Amino acid sequence: MNLNRLTVNHIRPTRTRGAVLRRALGLLAASLLAGSTGAQAFPAMNMPVGVTVLSHDIYRIHMEVLWVCVAIAVAVFGVMITALIRFRHSKGAVPDTTMTHSTAAEVIWTIIPVLILVALAIPAARTMIKIDDTTHAGLTIRVTGYQWKWHYTYLGDASGIRFFSTLSQNSNFASQLDSGIDPRTVPHYLLSVDHPLVIPSGVKVRLLITSADVIHAWWVPAFGVKRSAIPGFINELWVKVLPGHEGVYRGQCAALCGRGHGFMPIVVDVKTPADFAKWVAAQKAALKQASAAPVPAATAPNEAPVARARIAAPASPLARRPLTARISD
Amino acid sequence: MAHAIEIAPDAHDAHAAHDGPDTGIRRWLFATNHKDIGTMYLTLSLIMFFVGGAMAMVIRAELFEPGMQLVDPAFYNQMMTMHALVMIFGAVMPAFVGLANWMIPLQIGAPDMALPRLNNFSFWLLPFAFTLLLSTLLVPGGAPAGGWTMYPPLALQFGDSFPMLIFSIHLMGISSILGAINVIVTILNLRAPGMTLLKMPLFCWTWLITAYLLIAVMPVLAGAVTMLLTDHFFHTSFFNAAGGGDPLMYEHIFWFFGHPEVYIMILPAFGIISEIIPTFSRKPLFGATSMIYATASIAFLSFIVWGHHMFVDGMPTSADLFFMLSTMLIAVPTGVKIFNWTATMWRGSLSFEPPMLFAIGFLFMFSIGGFSGLMLAMVPADFQYNQSYFVVAHFHYVLVPGAVFAIMGGVYYWLPKWTGNLYNMKLAKTHFWLSTIFVNVLFFPQHFLGLAGMPRRIPDYAVQFTDWNMVSSIGGFGFGLSQILFAIAIIQCVRGGKKATAEVWTGAAPHGLEWTIPSPAPYHSFQTAPEVR
Ligand SMILES: [Cu+2]
Repeated sequence: MNLNRLTVNHIRPTRTRGAVLRRALGLLAASLLAGSTGAQAFPAMNMPVGVTVLSHDIYRIHMEVLWVCVAIAVAVFGVMITALIRFRHSKGAVPDTTMTHSTAAEVIWTIIPVLILVALAIPAARTMIKIDDTTHAGLTIRVTGYQWKWHYTYLGDASGIRFFSTLSQNSNFASQLDSGIDPRTVPHYLLSVDHPLVIPSGVKVRLLITSADVIHAWWVPAFGVKRSAIPGFINELWVKVLPGHEGVYRGQCAALCGRGHGFMPIVVDVKTPADFAKWVAAQKAALKQASAAPVPAATAPNEAPVARARIAAPASPLARRPLTARISD
Repeated sequence: MAHAIEIAPDAHDAHAAHDGPDTGIRRWLFATNHKDIGTMYLTLSLIMFFVGGAMAMVIRAELFEPGMQLVDPAFYNQMMTMHALVMIFGAVMPAFVGLANWMIPLQIGAPDMALPRLNNFSFWLLPFAFTLLLSTLLVPGGAPAGGWTMYPPLALQFGDSFPMLIFSIHLMGISSILGAINVIVTILNLRAPGMTLLKMPLFCWTWLITAYLLIAVMPVLAGAVTMLLTDHFFHTSFFNAAGGGDPLMYEHIFWFFGHPEVYIMILPAFGIISEIIPTFSRKPLFGATSMIYATASIAFLSFIVWGHHMFVDGMPTSADLFFMLSTMLIAVPTGVKIFNWTATMWRGSLSFEPPMLFAIGFLFMFSIGGFSGLMLAMVPADFQYNQSYFVVAHFHYVLVPGAVFAIMGGVYYWLPKWTGNLYNMKLAKTHFWLSTIFVNVLFFPQHFLGLAGMPRRIPDYAVQFTDWNMVSSIGGFGFGLSQILFAIAIIQCVRGGKKATAEVWTGAAPHGLEWTIPSPAPYHSFQTAPEVR
C-alpha cells in the first residue's frame, strides 16, 4: 500500500453532505468489488512500511502473520463452505452419526497450529529483542505528555533546547463543535503542531517517554512503534530514520487522556545530520539571545517534571476545561 | 454427551401445572422460579443492548465525518465509556446469566436452580446497578469518560460520576459472583440420575467453567476499583505516582480481571454454538470430550495472558515474550473448537433455520476475530496495532458476531421452548442477513483504519481516515436498525404464533433433555428427576 500515508497532504475541496454520502456509498460499492484498489484516491488499507530500521522489521512481521492468517482462513473457510454446500438436508444428505471423534484428526489439528505458532514466534522474538535495545544512541530526547500537548527536552549535546508542541491553531479552530470550517480545507487537519520535534536521519535517537499528568502514548506510524507515557515511569524507545527519508512524519497520542485526547498530535521533522546540526546551532543562538532579554513564555515553558515528581491534583477540573484552553497554554 | 442421552419413559413430571406463578408484580419482584428470573435477565439484557446501541449510534454519527458536528469531545468520551460498560455488564453478561437460568435446570433435569432466593437477589441488584450507572449522565460533570478500563490517573479526574460508577460496579460484581455460585452449586448437585459430568451438555460445561472464572476475577476488579476509590477520596496512593504509587500496577490488576472477563463473555457462547450446530447438522457434536478440555485450557490460559494488553506500556523484554507466547498458545484450543464444529457439520445433514444461521455466522466471523487476535499477539507488530482501530475491529468481531450472535442464536434456538410458539422464521432470517451484512460493513473497515494509523477513542480524526469511517458509520446505522427486527420477532413470538412441538426442531430430542418436556416448558419442570441412561 501507499508508503507513509500520514505524510501525504489530503486537502479536498469542500463538499455538500449529499456528495459526501454519494462518495461513501460509492466507496462501499467499490470495496465490495475485488481488485478496485488501483484507484489513485483509494484510502490506505494497510500498515505503512515506514522509514525506520524497526518499522521495516515490524512491517515484515505484520505481513508474515497476515498471510499465515489468510492461508489458514482459506483452508478452514474452504472446508466450512464445502460442508455447507455438500451436506444439505434439502439436498437429501444423510447424516453420518457414527462420526463422533477421531483421535488422529485431533492430534493433527493440535500439532500443526503449534508448529505454525513456533515458526511465527521466533522472528518476532528476535525483532522484539532488537526493539528493546536502546543502547548506543546518538541523541537522547525526553518526551513528556501533558493534557493535551507534548513537551520535548533535548539532552546531551543539544541540551538546553526544549519546547512544547501543541496542535496548530487552524486545526484547533476547525475542530471546535460546529466551527463551520470544513476540516478538508485545513492543511494536515489534527496532524500539525506549532513546534515539531526535530531529529536527524541515520542517527539512533533514544526517546525517554513519560507523562506529567495522565497516561498518554507517543505514536508515529511511519516509525513503527508506540510507547505509553506514564507518570512516574520512563519508557524508552529508539528511532533510526533511514538516510534518504528526511521529511515530516505525523502521528497522534494513542492513549485516552481526557477531553483533548484526539487533539494532541505528534509531528517529527527529520533532517539530514548536517541540517540538524544547523538547526541545533540556530536554536542555541536563539536561546542565548533570549537569556539576555526577558524570557518569552514560548521558549521557556514550565520545567517538565521529572518522573515521580508530581502529577495533577486529584479531582482536577482539567477534564472539563473548555477546548479553547489548549490555545492559551 | 448429548447423543448419549436417552430418557426413561414417563420420567418427566405429569403434574407439571399444579401450582402456577404468582399474579401481577409479585411474580417478578419475589420471583424464585428459574424461568421467571431467566426471563427478567434476558429482558434487562435486551433493554441494555438497545441503550448501549443508542450510545454507539451517537459515536458513529459523530465519526461519520471529520470535524466535531454533534457532540462535545467530553460527551463523546462519556458515550464511548458508557457504551462499553453497558454492553459488557448490561447486555452480554446478563444475557448469558439469563440463558443459564432458563436452560441449565432444563438441560440437567433439575427442578430449579439450587439457590432460588439468591437467584432473585442477584438479579434484582442489576436494575439498581444500571439505574445508578445511567444516572451519572445527569450529574454535574456527566458520566464517566475515562474508558471502561478506568485507568488512573485519568479515571480520578472525574467528579460526581466516579463514586457512582464504582458503586455500580460493586453491585454488578456481587450479582455476578452470586449468580456464578448458583450455577456451580446447581450443576454439581442437581443433575438428574445418570447425567454424569461427561454426559452433560456443552452449554452447562462452558457455564460451569465460566462460573469459576467469575468467582476468581470479579473480586479482583472489586479490589482494583476500591483502591481507585480510596485514592480519590481518602488520599491513599496505590496508583498515584506522586505519592509513591504505581499507575502501571492498576493496569496489571485490571487486566488480570480483564482478560478472564473476555472469556467470561465468550465461553458460554462456545457452549451455545456447541448446542446449535449438532442439532441442525443432525449429528452428535464431534470430539465432545476434547471440547471440554479445550474450554478448560482456554480458561486456564486466560489467567496468564493479561500482559498482552500492555505491550506498549514498557514491560521487560522477557515479560513481553512470555505474554506473547502464552497468548499465541490460546490459538491452539480455540482452533480445536473451530475444527470440531466444522467436523460436526462434515457429513451431516444441514438445514438453515435461524439459530443455525447465527451459529454459522459465528463460526466465520469469530474466526476473523481470532485471526486478528493472533496478529495482535505478535509483540513487534502490536507496537503498531495496539491502541489503534485495529484493536477496536478485533474485539468487536469477537464480541458482536461472536458473543452477541451466539446469544441471538441461542434465543432463536430456545425461544419456542420458552413461549410455546414458533416465531416468524422469515423475519428472523432477514434479521440474520441484515445483521451479518452490516456488521461486516461496520467493523471490517476498522481494520484498515487502524493499520493506516487511526488511534482508537478519538472523537475526531484526520481527513485521510474519512472514507472508511463513513463506510463504518453506514454499517453501524444499518446494524443498529436491523436489531429492531430482533425485538419485533421476540415480542411477536411471546404474544402468540404457530404452536411449537415438544421437540421444536425435528430430530432435536436426542440433543438435550430440554426437548423432552412440552413447549412452553411447564412452570415447574422435572419435579421428578428424569433418568438419563
Ligand atoms: Cu494524550
